Parts: sequence; structure tokens; C-alpha cells
Amino acid sequence: MNRADFVEGLRGGSAVALASAPFGALFGALAVENGMSLSEVAFMSATVYAGASQMVGIELFGQNVHAWLIVLSILAVNFRHVLYSAALARYIGHFTPLQKFFTFFLLVDPQFAEAVKRSEAGKPLTFAWYFGFGIIIYIPWVLISVAGGMLGGFIGNPKAIGLDILLPAYFLGIVLGFRKRDNFLPVALVSAVASVVAYRYVGSPWHVSLGAAAGIALAALLPLPREVPDLEADALQSEVHEV
Amino acid sequence: MEFDLHMALVILAAAVATFATRIGGYILITRMKSIPPRMEAALNAVPAAVLTTLVAPAFFIGGWESKLALIVALFVGLRISHTWMLVAAWAVVMGWRYTIGA
Repeated sequence: MNRADFVEGLRGGSAVALASAPFGALFGALAVENGMSLSEVAFMSATVYAGASQMVGIELFGQNVHAWLIVLSILAVNFRHVLYSAALARYIGHFTPLQKFFTFFLLVDPQFAEAVKRSEAGKPLTFAWYFGFGIIIYIPWVLISVAGGMLGGFIGNPKAIGLDILLPAYFLGIVLGFRKRDNFLPVALVSAVASVVAYRYVGSPWHVSLGAAAGIALAALLPLPREVPDLEADALQSEVHEV
Repeated sequence: MEFDLHMALVILAAAVATFATRIGGYILITRMKSIPPRMEAALNAVPAAVLTTLVAPAFFIGGWESKLALIVALFVGLRISHTWMLVAAWAVVMGWRYTIGA
């Protein structure tokens, strides 16, 4: 491993670690509030390692939702990573299989954005840099989510300190992060209306799958756009609120 | 600090699903040349469609303080930043509950 590249990666990743720390703490606090234990918080941060979908997980755990629907929702929220790993393919052909395993395990939004930026600037994408960048975000993410969970354990009534609004506001923020994408407004509107109608007449948790299906079906049926989506802009956009 | 086996298995399944998305594109792209455009449009819409279903019912069933907070958060998110959205939503909810009442 190239030591200089590794250190450069550590330096770049530490800024992301700092920016994502409040969200890690928030995840831990809300997870404990929704009935998770500290070891489950640590387990989830360490294995799933994807901020938005971890939040989706705790939102749905609290609603007595079928396990397969939780997993499906998490899969859906992380679907953008399919596009990231496809886009990354051309830069990591020289990695060993084990290095590729870690590369994909650590592939969060800012990691993708910075890796592409670095490659496009003409610098070689070494595993030393990538791993340094990733590990300095990963370790604090796990630790801080547990710390947030410890603090959350002290909180009595979440409504009294306004915790209940943070999860929907957080999700709203991520939704807005996708607003530059094609057909964003019609998709969001149709999903919103369909999910509220489903919530009212079918009931939770079906509003999640029915609402999402309506928006996705609409996107498939609408006239096709000409441009390709700007993945890197997406990834950078979500940098502030997600690991 | 109990560790519920069912919960652990759901988390593990979620982790496997997440890893599958993180390696899936690589496997697809090294095997096939391109994704059909309509499928790509549908895939592009997935995150916004799913996350909207988590916001809209919360707005619908929430009290007036929650509705106002989410509207304020929307404008803050469009104008300033996503971090400040959380602060704004929280401030509105707290302000309402401690002046007008829950």
C-alpha cells in the first residue's frame, strides 16, 4: 500500500466523517427511541453502513412491518448504489478481488463522488487512497451512532423535545436531494398522493410499497429524457446528510 | 442490552441487500453493455418515490405543528441547506408546543 496515498485518503475522508457525525448520532438516538438496543445499533451501522437506509430501517421497525418489506425498502433506498458501482467499474479494474470487496462495502455517496472526481482529475485511483478515505468515515460512523444511542437512552418523551419531527424532516431533505433528476416533481407528487391514499384505505405498511410503485411506474411511462443523470452531482448533494 | 435474533437477521438481510446494490452495478456493467432506457428511468425514480412515501403520510397524520414544520423545512431545504432543514423543523415544532401547546 502506498503510504502517501493512504494518508491523503485519510485527510479527505475525515472532512466527510466530521460532516456525517451529527447524522450518525441522530441515527443512534432515534434507533434507541424506536426500540433498538445499543448492540443492534452498532450491528446495523457496521453492517449496513448507509445513513438514509438505516433511518428507513428504524422508521419501519417501529411500525411492525414485515421483515421482507423492510429489506425491500432499504434495497430501494440504496438502489442508486447500483449506478455508482457501475460507474466506478472503469477505474478499479486493477484492484484484487479482496480489494474490490472492500471497495464496494465502503461505497457511500461521498466516497463515490470523491473517487470519480479524483479519477477524472487524472490521478490514479489507488486502493490505498480509497481505503484510507473510507475507513476514516466508517469507524467514526459506527462509534458515533452508538454514542448517539447512549444519549438517546436518557431521553424520556421524544415529543417533549421535538425528536418526532426529525425523521420526516430528514427524509424530506433526502427527497429534495433528488430534485434535479428527470421527472422528479411528477414522481414525487404521485408517490405522495398514492402513499397517503394507501395509508388511509389500505393501511401501514402498504403505503410504502404502493406509493413507491405508483411513482416508479409513472417514471417508466413518461417520455424518456435525453440526458444521462449526473451521478456525481447526486452523490455530492447527499454528502451533507448521508454517509 | 439484549440482542434480538429476529432483529439481527433483518439487519443482516438489509446489509446483504445494501451490499448487493453496491456490487450489482459492477457485475451488471461487466456482463452487459447497457441498461434499457425505460428501466433506467424507473431505477432513477426509485429513491425519490420510496422516500416520498415516508414523508407524505407523516405530514398527513401529523398535528398542525408538524405540518407547519415540514412546510418550513421544505423552503429552508430549497434555499439554504439540508442540515438547516432539521434545525428549522425542530425549532418550529418546539416553538409551537411551548407557546400554543401540543
